[in-house]
Amino acid sequence: MNRPLITTVLSNITEATDIKTITFRSPGDVKPGQFFMIWIPGVDEIPMSVSQITKNVIGITFRNIGDATQALSQLQKGDQIGIRGPYGNGFTLHGKHLLFVGGGTGIGMLAPLVWQAKKKKLSTTVILGVKTKDQLFFKDRFQRIGAHVLISTDDGSLGYKGFASELAKDIIKKERIDAVYTCGPEQMMSALLSLCKTIPLQASLERYMKCAIGICGQCCIGRGLRVCVDGPIFEGKTLKKIEDFGSFHRDAAGRKILL
Amino acid sequence: MLASGIMDEDAGSMQRMIDCGAGAIVTKSIGIKSREGYANPTVIELDHGILNAMGLPNPGIEQYGEEIKKLKRTKVPIIGSIYAADADEFASLAKKMQRFGANAVELNVSCPHAKHYGLEVGCDPDLLHDIIKKVKGPVSLPVLVKVSPNIMNIVEIAQTIEKAGADGIVAINTVKAMAIDLQTARPLLANKTGGYSGKAIKPIGVRCVYDIAQAVDIPIIGVGGITTGSSRHPDHRSRRDHYWGGCHRVFHGRCFSCPDRIRCVLPWS
Repeated sequence: MNRPLITTVLSNITEATDIKTITFRSPGDVKPGQFFMIWIPGVDEIPMSVSQITKNVIGITFRNIGDATQALSQLQKGDQIGIRGPYGNGFTLHGKHLLFVGGGTGIGMLAPLVWQAKKKKLSTTVILGVKTKDQLFFKDRFQRIGAHVLISTDDGSLGYKGFASELAKDIIKKERIDAVYTCGPEQMMSALLSLCKTIPLQASLERYMKCAIGICGQCCIGRGLRVCVDGPIFEGKTLKKIEDFGSFHRDAAGRKILL
Repeated sequence: MLASGIMDEDAGSMQRMIDCGAGAIVTKSIGIKSREGYANPTVIELDHGILNAMGLPNPGIEQYGEEIKKLKRTKVPIIGSIYAADADEFASLAKKMQRFGANAVELNVSCPHAKHYGLEVGCDPDLLHDIIKKVKGPVSLPVLVKVSPNIMNIVEIAQTIEKAGADGIVAINTVKAMAIDLQTARPLLANKTGGYSGKAIKPIGVRCVYDIAQAVDIPIIGVGGITTGSSRHPDHRSRRDHYWGGCHRVFHGRCFSCPDRIRCVLPWS
């Protein structure tokens, strides 16, 4: 049923400056790349991709950037939220040598997929791109599960100085990569897409969402592709045909806004 | 035929509905200025239907015009839904819809949850008469008026619409409703109240169409609770009138050819 299920916050963990993870009991099977509509009664309801999937517990990781995430960041163990979902298609793993590129909070939702890849004994290289080292999170988590982790910071405070997509360019040139999985700023994902050429890419997109069940049209891109139902994970070959990818999104009124 | 508000915020989504076989498209309700609508939750599924309070979000007529222009070359009729608080604004919006290439306009005077708009306009016969007159003057397109089931004087309103010279009546919009979450003791919608749609409201729509059909001679388009092509009620296809669709409706107006070829237009079903 597409209405909020009231659940209790199990934990609220600080990952980095302004970045937190809250966890709640899993309502059932959830795939890497899927999302929930998180209802904070009296504040808002927003889409959040899952950043942690275990048998019983689901986590979401977010940066405190607006009213809803501010409210979420203040929740304590025992507080109540509403969840609808899981929604969306989720990622599918292909190939043996995989590259994961996360930018900013986009890093979070790649974690369950990297974990799934490691469980299948696939070779995983993970690029974590952040503005500055204070915003880096999940590095230890990725290393613990055995991924090869590379870091880029815009200001050079840690690892490669520059964008994650530039670091990815080197890897794609030098190593065998069968598939690329990415989540982060759309300009970064768009740059990656043009680097990939024949390498299959899957990207997780974010759009303003309202219904999350495919009827209102708010999150549509291209020829009526609904990010909530047809996505949020899209193949590179689909994204190549979408003019707005990497350049425009639409606000709550449906106005086109430059990314 | 797709009712207003479903997959119609931009040219791409309307195009997909056309690809799926929609016989006609009704646009999102568009106003003079852009409007963000209400905070989420805006849409919630209940046991027998869907409750929503979007709050008339739209980018404004000028920016939406660009979306309609992109669809201009399609053979599928585009019906421009518009909302406003007074007759002059309605007339200005209708003129623009005509200029952008819409094939008809639908006056939304029945949205159940937007202050100063929709239902607040549609239950006042004098104001409604004035609006239709002012729109019919400068516009040569067929003018349809979408009415609400949330009024006691639906027959009087229908007669007013006919007398003022409108070309058809669209019945019904959503039914005013509310849902409360018992665990948190809070309304589920951010706007607290909203409009109920889906299978549960079909008998309400059928009753409204029946009552209106007794009182007017202009075509009636049935909307509300239509979830399959066979939801049409043959016994209500009286006269030259014409049906249906909630999420989609089949429409045989004098303005449009019969879309016999309509397939399922619900990509999510």
